[in-house]
Parts: sequence; structure tokens; C-alpha cells
Amino acid sequence: MLRVEQLCCARGPRELFRDLSFSAAAGDAVIVTGPNGSGKTTLLRALAGLTLPVSGAIRWNDSRQGLAAKRAYLGHAAGWKESFSVTENLRFAWQLDAETAANDEGAVSAALERVGMARQRNLSVGRLSQGQKKRLHLARLSRSTRPLWLLDEPGAALDGEGLDILADVVAAHLRQGGIAAIATHQPLAIAAARTHNVALGG
Amino acid sequence: MTPPVPTGLSAWTAVSWACRRDLLLALRGKADVALVLVFFVLVTSLFPLGVGPEPELLRTMAPGIVWVCALLASLLSFGRLFSADHADGTLEQMAVSGAPLPALVAGKMLAHALTAGLPLALLMPLLAVQFGLATGALLVAIATLLLGMPILSGLGAIGAALTLGVGGGGALLALLVLPLSIPVLIFGAGAIAAAQDGMPVDAQLSLLGAGLILAAIGCPFAAAAALRIALD
Repeated sequence: MLRVEQLCCARGPRELFRDLSFSAAAGDAVIVTGPNGSGKTTLLRALAGLTLPVSGAIRWNDSRQGLAAKRAYLGHAAGWKESFSVTENLRFAWQLDAETAANDEGAVSAALERVGMARQRNLSVGRLSQGQKKRLHLARLSRSTRPLWLLDEPGAALDGEGLDILADVVAAHLRQGGIAAIATHQPLAIAAARTHNVALGG
Repeated sequence: MTPPVPTGLSAWTAVSWACRRDLLLALRGKADVALVLVFFVLVTSLFPLGVGPEPELLRTMAPGIVWVCALLASLLSFGRLFSADHADGTLEQMAVSGAPLPALVAGKMLAHALTAGLPLALLMPLLAVQFGLATGALLVAIATLLLGMPILSGLGAIGAALTLGVGGGGALLALLVLPLSIPVLIFGAGAIAAAQDGMPVDAQLSLLGAGLILAAIGCPFAAAAALRIALD
């Protein structure tokens, strides 16, 4: 269970939001919306532990330290190495997250199949389009066992089919008792037990 | 249904993950590794051309030249240590993964020492011919590079992490790292000079070894702390 209490974040001297509180239980989706510069990315980075909030607390099962190794974060840059092949990148990403799927040849094929990238498996990531790189990230998430997903504009650069896969992968995560916090501009059709809307910059 | 509880990588797996990944990257981008080696050979070759080819003079200057050039050559590669990982988001993934960041940094340092330090040691026989080093002095020179270059990798990692995302970071990095690497230069060059004179070199090599142990323990933590700041 994720609980955010009285969170206040700033970027340099500028305060982005204050007194932000919400909580999400297993199976919930948190949709973060707001205009450009309202702090959506900063909120997700604070949840990811990359940015220190000015004040407030982020708790996981009532513990401030509980979030270590519980999060999967998808930012604007996804950490793909252009000179590695699709398969190598996927393997390295899973290994870093200590996912057992990393050593499973079948899991790699299945994950790439699921996002429609089976044919590109030996291509170097430098040759992929932006949308294909996003799909590769969906492949990574599809076998992630981390309970809290933090997705920053996951739909950007994805085509219609890609958006369907995204909704599908996130819905499967939520069905298994995960939580997803998603910052987005476009409406995403994600089936969740409950959806919390966090509107920033109001 | 609750999903299995994930845990982060253990320290040793994290070291090996980062090291394997960087070694594979170096293998794919051979030009970067070659650049450092060519620079090292080229700059050392300038000295015989510049100061004249007197064998006695070159032999006296060889220890200093070897180590100053190794220092400058390694400076070329420090900038790359984290900048690519910072730009493509790998550092964020490392920080979020829950794997111990100092262990990941240690793996990167190890890979750097293997791709930027070890090749220089392997090139030493070539330079020994150029500077008229005897076999004994050559072996000591190789030993000092094997012990000293990983220390430079550690110091460079701290400097690279501190200057990450700073404009003109390259020059600043050199200003930060060069003063810190003076002890390595003194003991490295001192050992080679002592070997040329037929003196014992145990003291210098022991000090370099002690420095290596200190760097291996301390540098990953310092660099990891600096990376956390750079990510914020």
C-alpha cells in the first residue's frame, strides 16, 4: 500500500506542489495529470526515490524505507544501450532488477512476442524507432515482479496497437495486486479496481 | 494474489552486472578504447622527438614520462565513465533498482581499469624499447601501472560523478583529479626510477598496493554519493 502524505516538491527555487496527499492500495491505478511544468515528472521521480521532496513523506506499508527494490521506473530515457541488441538490453534490464526472467530464453521471446517485436530481437536498439523503444520497455515491464510501477508518459510515441499493449500490460500488473502511478497527457483506457486522479498545477 | 516479493541484487552480483555490461560496451565501441591507447603511445613518442634522442637523457626521463602520459591518457576516458549512462537513463534505472549503488559503481570502475589501465600496462614493452628500459625496470613499470591505474579509475570515478551534468565538465574533471593523483605519480615513477638504479622497489609498490586497497574501498562509496546528488 502506497501512502503519500503532505508532499511538497520543488525544482530549484520554484515550488511545484504542496500538501499533496493520496494513497493507493493493491490493484489501484494513480493517474497524474496536469499542464507542462506542473511537476508530474518530479512527483514520479520523488516516488522513485530519485528526487528528495522538500517536505512530506512517502510510505510503503507504513514504512518510509519499505520502497527499496519495490519500484520499476519508466522515465523519458529508458536506459537502453544503442550498441546492444534488443535481447541483450532486455536481459541486462531484468538482471539489474533481479528478475528471474533474465535467465529464461523463453521469457525473452514471449515478452518480445507480446509487444510485437519478435522480429527485431537481434537488431541493435540504435536502429529502433522511438515507439519501438517504448514497446521494448513494455516488454521489460511485462515480466516485472516489482509491485509499484512509476510510468512517466508511457503512451508517448506509441501507436494505437502499442497503447492497447500498454493498457493490457498495466491491467495485468494491477490484477496481480500491483500499483501503477502514471503521468500522462493522453487518456489511457486502463482497467483498474480503483483509479485515483491526481491533478497537479490547479 | 500477491506477487512474489522482489529483492535487489546482492553486492557481488551488482559488481559483476556493471562490469560485464561496461566490458561489452567497450567491446562494441572499440574506437574509444583504441583512442586512449593511441594517445598514450603518441604523446610518449613526442618526447624523444622534442628533447632529442640521447639514450641517457631518455632513460632518466622515462619513469616520469610514462606516468604523466598514463595520467593524461586516463583523463581522456573518465568523462565517458558516467556521462553516457546519465544521458540514456541507465543511472536512473540503477538508482531505482534497489541494487547497492556503490557496488554498481565498483563494477564500472573495475571495467574502466580493465579497458583503460590494463592495455597501457600491456603496451609497456613497446615503450621500453623506445626509452631503453632494461627488463627489470620494464617489469617494475608494468607492476606500477597494474597497481596504479585502478587507483586512477577510482579517483576518476569520483571526479566524473561530481562533474556530471556540469557545463565544461571535462576541464573541471581534470582539475579535480590531477592533484589527487599526484601520490600515484610519485610512487609509480619513483619505483621505475629506483629499478633503473638497481635499488629495491618494495616500498613504492607496497604504498601503491595500499593506495589501491583504499581506493577500492572508499571510491565506490564517494562516487555513488556524488551520483545520487547528480540525479536529484
